[in-house]
Amino acid sequence: MCLGIPGEIVAITDPERLMALADVSGVRREVSLACVAEGPLEDLIGQWVLIHVGFAMSVIDADEAAKTLEALRALGEAQEAMEAMAAGQRALEEPR
Amino acid sequence: MRYATEFRDPAAARAVLAAIARTADRIGATRARPVRLMEICGGHTHAIFRYGLDTLVHEGVEFIHGPGCPVCVLPMSRVDEAVAIAERPGVIFTTFGDAMRVPGTRRSLMQAKAAGADIRMVYSPLDALELARRNPARDVVFFGLGFETTTPSTALTIQQAAREGLGNFSVFCNHITVPEPIRALLDDPDMILDGFIGPGHVSMVIGIHPYDFIARDYRKPIVVAGFEPLDLLQSVLMVLTQIAEGRAAVENQYARVVPEHGNRASLAAIADVYERRPSFAWRGLGEIDASGLRIREAYRAWDAEEKFGLGYAAGARADEPEGCACGAVMTGRMKPPACPQFGRGCTPETPLGALMVSSEGACAAYWHYGGARAAAG
Ligand code: SF4
Repeated sequence: MCLGIPGEIVAITDPERLMALADVSGVRREVSLACVAEGPLEDLIGQWVLIHVGFAMSVIDADEAAKTLEALRALGEAQEAMEAMAAGQRALEEPR
Repeated sequence: MRYATEFRDPAAARAVLAAIARTADRIGATRARPVRLMEICGGHTHAIFRYGLDTLVHEGVEFIHGPGCPVCVLPMSRVDEAVAIAERPGVIFTTFGDAMRVPGTRRSLMQAKAAGADIRMVYSPLDALELARRNPARDVVFFGLGFETTTPSTALTIQQAAREGLGNFSVFCNHITVPEPIRALLDDPDMILDGFIGPGHVSMVIGIHPYDFIARDYRKPIVVAGFEPLDLLQSVLMVLTQIAEGRAAVENQYARVVPEHGNRASLAAIADVYERRPSFAWRGLGEIDASGLRIREAYRAWDAEEKFGLGYAAGARADEPEGCACGAVMTGRMKPPACPQFGRGCTPETPLGALMVSSEGACAAYWHYGGARAAAG
């Protein structure tokens, strides 16, 4: 929960709410760009960002993203983040 | 030689380890009289154990594991309150998975879920907001946890709920801040620390200046570090170099991610939504002045404490479980295996204290990596 995971911004989904689709190790998930949106949102497409609990917190370069992902995998934190994303998706669908 | 295979750049690691050894010798650090460095962030604690950095560095360097794991310092009374909210009829209680097994006095969230409460693990507060949109007849509560890294996310989510007028969404706010517990530890006369490894991702939000008081008022070095093993080793070297040169400064080893002044948008959202509580309780550390955040008056409609009439102001406090040494471990007075409960009453499957719950907790880190370390000799 404390360590961010790198993802690549692939599309803007809701410009008004500053939401975008990010590719995180092959899994696509909607994230907020509120903390990194300084210029036009489109400029962020193709950029790597460090994502914390669904929020892009920092723009990083591709090399830093790759190294960070490797470090997170070694710590088991990348797997944990992926599982948490899947759990979040299930939580939305859980019928009650 | 383990680091030859585990480090991406073993030659670089070896060079930094050699420089650490030279500098440690220069300042006269020995196993009997070590330099004591506190890594504040639980992510760093995890990385130090994963790579065995504490055994690779010069024997005169001792790591003290700091209070920087938010679920580990969550007081029992707050877990009890979370459970009480979750057990209300009509409530959907949402939380990060890390908090599910933290023991309360009565039960954990995991146990409450098994007993029928509608508790859902989410990845993001945005998931909780979406649940509120999809379930207008239900009260959706998000368990707001964490340091400055996660605080902007709940602040921005509350702002969004306010914009949409989503009255069935609220946050049970337990956000805490990093600088205040460090000040409390530095003020503790029993605590002897020579320097700090500062948290990377927290600093990405707040920048490096909130640590100025550590160097200025307490004359201790602090280096903000990334969490790759080489980042950590370089940061240890930077702290030792300051000590050797008789300096105390705030330095940034992780400048590629941490801007000097932090993240503007995040800080603005935090300031808009939150204000400081006069004090907040930390498991194992007690009450620390101005160390917790609460939701401002303007956003009280989204404050679960207001909505359900419980919470910090209501004042129920709970003591730590019998025989638990979490406080002593968290302040570096005791190593986890010295706790009488370690591996007996307290394991990751059935944690007694919170340091056993999360992979960032010092006790869980000892438990997971201690065995492998013994085998590696
Ligand atoms: S072993 Fe368990 S009870 Fe003992 S200090 Fe660690 S978490 Fe607390």
